Amino acid sequence: MKLLRDLLDRTGGFFAAGKPLAKLHPVYEALDTFLYSPDTVTSGSTHVRDQIDLKRIMGLVVVALIPCIYMAMWNTGYQANLALAQAGAGGAAAGSATGWRYAVVAFLGVGHDPASILANLVLGALYFLPVYVVCMAAGGLWEVLFAVVRKHEINEGFLVTGMLFPLTLPPLIPLWQVALGISFGVVIGKEVFGGTGRNFLNPALTARAFLYFAYPAEITGDAVWVAVDGYTFATPLAAGALEGLQGVTGQIGWMEAFMGTMPGSMGETSALACLLGAAVLVLTGVGSWRIMAAMSLGAVALAQLLFFVGSGTNPMFELDATWHLVLGGFAFGAVFMATDPVSASITHTGQWIYGILIGVMTVLIRVVNPAFPEGVMLAILFGNVFAPVIDHFVIQANIKRRLARTAA
Amino acid sequence: MLEAYLNIFLRAVFVENMALAFFLGMCTFLAVSRRVQTAIGLGIAVVVVQTITVPVNNVVYQHLLRADALAWAGLGGLDLTFVGLISYIGVIAAMVQILEMFLDRYVPALYNALGIFLPLITVNCAILGGSLFMVERDYNFGESVVFGFGSGLGWALALVALAGIREKMKYSNVPAGLRGLGITFITVGLMALAFMSFSGIQL
Repeated sequence: MKLLRDLLDRTGGFFAAGKPLAKLHPVYEALDTFLYSPDTVTSGSTHVRDQIDLKRIMGLVVVALIPCIYMAMWNTGYQANLALAQAGAGGAAAGSATGWRYAVVAFLGVGHDPASILANLVLGALYFLPVYVVCMAAGGLWEVLFAVVRKHEINEGFLVTGMLFPLTLPPLIPLWQVALGISFGVVIGKEVFGGTGRNFLNPALTARAFLYFAYPAEITGDAVWVAVDGYTFATPLAAGALEGLQGVTGQIGWMEAFMGTMPGSMGETSALACLLGAAVLVLTGVGSWRIMAAMSLGAVALAQLLFFVGSGTNPMFELDATWHLVLGGFAFGAVFMATDPVSASITHTGQWIYGILIGVMTVLIRVVNPAFPEGVMLAILFGNVFAPVIDHFVIQANIKRRLARTAA
Repeated sequence: MLEAYLNIFLRAVFVENMALAFFLGMCTFLAVSRRVQTAIGLGIAVVVVQTITVPVNNVVYQHLLRADALAWAGLGGLDLTFVGLISYIGVIAAMVQILEMFLDRYVPALYNALGIFLPLITVNCAILGGSLFMVERDYNFGESVVFGFGSGLGWALALVALAGIREKMKYSNVPAGLRGLGITFITVGLMALAFMSFSGIQL
């Protein structure tokens, strides 16, 4: 530990003003303050005495994401190995097991047994890690570039954005699209507004939505969810949109959907992993439990209402609330995306309204919009757009109430 | 019947939002979205003007301009749709003028807050667009009332949301070259991205 501190102190000199590497000072500063609590203090009149700063908060979110990351790797590998096993047993939808990833698996000799945790993790990691590395490299480059040119600090907000974004992508996403998407998210979604804490949309979701509308072929449909070339498999939600409850239960049981052993975006499938993450976020006070609760409440209420009303033409009406909560990216969105403290509402009352709005919108898009079987992403962006107005009205109402109280 | 009206209303507010799906009325949209309070005022003004002008133009279109509309006056076979554009603008200008006098007399605070933008509603493309959509889709009178109200409300909703975001953006640190209109255009673009969740909804 001391060695590390000494090393940082010694190299620190090169980054000081007027020294050759002064331009790269934000990079040094980011590393230093990430590893050690900074000893600088505020000089203005507002002073917060707390060891938990932005970096620690963002670090906690990444910790909370660990179950999802684990599931992302395991499930991606599991689905691929399962598909291969079916193909080997003479299944119709034979997928090809070619490419460098399979060469690596063959080299390591872990095999393709879907029952083996190691085999699944290795294959899944070979899909997840390249996406993650590309995302961090491309997004990090923009982050550093803006920090150097605009002379602000590098914020750890990007660690979270760079982690969330790959988790929302399908395993077969082309890597250049990952780079393009995260560039849009970081630059247009965040940096043009001045960096972390000054944007109004969740940068990871902005990136995802950009890819979704720009390259729908690689991020929707049936061919991208299982990491085996040429193997098609509709996500349970897409199947539900076509054939209702039967379409879903034909593929998976509720427990499987809860555990997350179904094809889908890499990190979004497991509601259980998201719940573990939610526990970490709520216990440490980083994520707002109000938003998570309100979003679930809104979704459950509308889904249950539509379930009871029923519809002769729209098969999505057949899914009751318990299904909506575990399918698609609902849990992931509720725990990690909607609670983003920057783009969400700040006031407590506002958080309830904001959460309910997102929950209702999610179910609404899923059920009545046949173009988008997955509505969480767009519903949260929609909530982000209205979050500042909600806060505005909550604050105005509060002012009015207090004025009335003092007047009385 | 009721379902058809609800359908038109929801489409006009969300799916075919005047500001974020058609990008109509941008000049006022960008100019008067600095403060939520003013945005609400302008939003109400647009809703009122839109709810009045679309049905009035509907009457003008159905009973004066369209082919054979003047049969009641013994002038069958006459098609006056070629003067449609100028008639609609005339109606809108008159309506805005009346609204302006009304506000000046009874709500001077709002009148002062809106300033030049109230007369500018006359040339707001969202208002004229509403009337033209009404003609294109051949709405009847009841439908045009619902559509006028819905499209105005959708535009006002987008305006208030943008004003909220811009109030929040006081704390942003936008690069010098993008300050003002530049960042607002980007903001509106991103809002439109969020509103795309409605595209493709079949009601």
